[in-house]
Amino acid sequence: MSFAVPSDLEKEIDDRITHYPVSKRSAVLPVLHALQHHFGFIEDAAVEWTAAKLELEPIQVLEVVTFYPGFRQSAPGKCHIRVCRTLSCAMAGSHELMDEICDKAGIDRSGVTHHDPIAVSEDGKFSIEFAECLASCGTGPVCLMNDDFHEAVTDVDGLLSQYK
Amino acid sequence: MSAIQYRPGKEPHAKEHRVVFKNVDRADWNTSLKTYESEGGYEQLKKALGMEPKAITDEVKAAGLRGRGGAGFPAGLKWSFLPPNNDKPVYLICNADESEPGTFKDRYIIHQDPHQLIEGMSIACFATGAHLAYIYIREEFPEGAEILEKAIAEAHKAGYLGKDIQGSGFDLEIYVHRGAGAYICGEETGLIESLEGKRPYPRIKPPYFPAAMGLYLCPTIVNNVETLCHVKHILEIGSEEWAQTGTPNNTGTRILCVSGDVKKPGYYEVQVGKVTMGELINDMCGGLKEGRELKAVIPGGSSAKVLRADEVFTVGRGDDARELTIWDIPMDFDTLAACGSMAGSGGVIVIDNSRSISWVLNNINNFYAHESCGQCTPCREGSLWMKKITDRVVAGKASPTDIDTLDNVARNIDGRTICAFGEASSWPTESFVDKFRDELVADTNPELEDDLLNAEALTAAANLR
Repeated sequence: MSFAVPSDLEKEIDDRITHYPVSKRSAVLPVLHALQHHFGFIEDAAVEWTAAKLELEPIQVLEVVTFYPGFRQSAPGKCHIRVCRTLSCAMAGSHELMDEICDKAGIDRSGVTHHDPIAVSEDGKFSIEFAECLASCGTGPVCLMNDDFHEAVTDVDGLLSQYK
Repeated sequence: MSAIQYRPGKEPHAKEHRVVFKNVDRADWNTSLKTYESEGGYEQLKKALGMEPKAITDEVKAAGLRGRGGAGFPAGLKWSFLPPNNDKPVYLICNADESEPGTFKDRYIIHQDPHQLIEGMSIACFATGAHLAYIYIREEFPEGAEILEKAIAEAHKAGYLGKDIQGSGFDLEIYVHRGAGAYICGEETGLIESLEGKRPYPRIKPPYFPAAMGLYLCPTIVNNVETLCHVKHILEIGSEEWAQTGTPNNTGTRILCVSGDVKKPGYYEVQVGKVTMGELINDMCGGLKEGRELKAVIPGGSSAKVLRADEVFTVGRGDDARELTIWDIPMDFDTLAACGSMAGSGGVIVIDNSRSISWVLNNINNFYAHESCGQCTPCREGSLWMKKITDRVVAGKASPTDIDTLDNVARNIDGRTICAFGEASSWPTESFVDKFRDELVADTNPELEDDLLNAEALTAAANLR
């Protein structure tokens, strides 16, 4: 499948680029965010497209994609879940929450590694990963379901049913 | 003015002093410009535009406002480091990366009172001569980024941003820039690299002090969200009155974020140094959970050195010297530093006696191993070593001498790296080993002293020499 950026998305991206009048290179993150939001992840062609758009070498974009945990290089599920792993949430039960979500959404995390942190459910509806501190330590355990934030999560069935 | 109504169950504690968080959880409040203007919104910007920029910096200096992001560096002094006779553009960046574990204050300002930040930031831009500014917001606040962009658009339309603001001739554009999930972007030079579209490898200081050589190698001011909000209030009531709150050298209010083993975790805006750890935990947070005892407190975000519950701290010198228990510590910058830790970002993590110290330290070490940017060898390798060792301790697969190795690794990181991440990542281990060595050793297995794994490692190390 060839990589094609719809014209309205390209317009949005062109507008974002104007926020950086001094250096187009500064727009690497916003362009990647826009592409990932639309396509779900950053494929190689998206790296090439971004580089061409910002007059950079592809490696200058790829090094950014591979550094930041916020960018994915493989397809997530329809709903991508990020559970906070860090101390306060862990004390509030975020690791148990992770296990329960995986159990109920049919996700197997046994193949997860540092470089490949995302696991996808067999039906492709959900994907999941641990995130480091989501900055809501007083209301743990917390998670992000796509862009929606959920705090003090106890009802996993109810949570998942909103995204089925 | 009638008393402010807060949402049920969200009323501030009687010991709070709400300034920056005045509008957080208000029943009759929303993020619109109209609401903000209805209570004097942007009046301080208008006032600022009629002042000499230097007079604003002087006010912020006189107030003694110390940075609320972590280092506690005086904000006015930071501004005055901009080179005199500068002919390059000046940039201002609001650090909204809020990524220090245990910290969750900026989240509420951004989500519930965005115009307060924009006004504070605009005043700071006028004072420092910045015409282009960015809010670097962590990627994990997608809704926050939207709220800020909407607020900026509203402020623009109403003539508080853009060209010739309020007829003053001053131009300013503020843009929201989203990060992508990396803790290191909270370090100001890492943040600047990230804003330039690169990997956020921190720059070495000197020469790259942002005030001299920051964004695009131009003079740049980087301030935390809460710090910038205070600028508005300093202008509103004047530095003298503002500095009446708090304590000398620790002026104003700050937001303490409490998480972990207390009955009522949450955010509490207090006068700096006017509330003790005991009042914070026992009164404001409702105390520890039933039947539990305090074991430790991490007082200023996860990189702050841990305080053990039964420690006695000696603070002050000579005739002023006094002994404090953990409960007596006033929550201010200087006393927490005198107790061997730091006020940091205001994130207080409370740990009770139901917790395994090895487990807590291992969770922290996992964080820093994941977040090291990898630029400096001691930090890149060391943070991973610390994680691997505490992984083994938690799994019961460590030998007692592993704790010595753990300590040794930590002490070979701090002071040996480009940025303060070296300290941030090693201070937890150093302090946990210092204060809880027995408990860590108790989780190891002496039978593994002669374990093949260690023998191999020793042989490998010997061969390196």
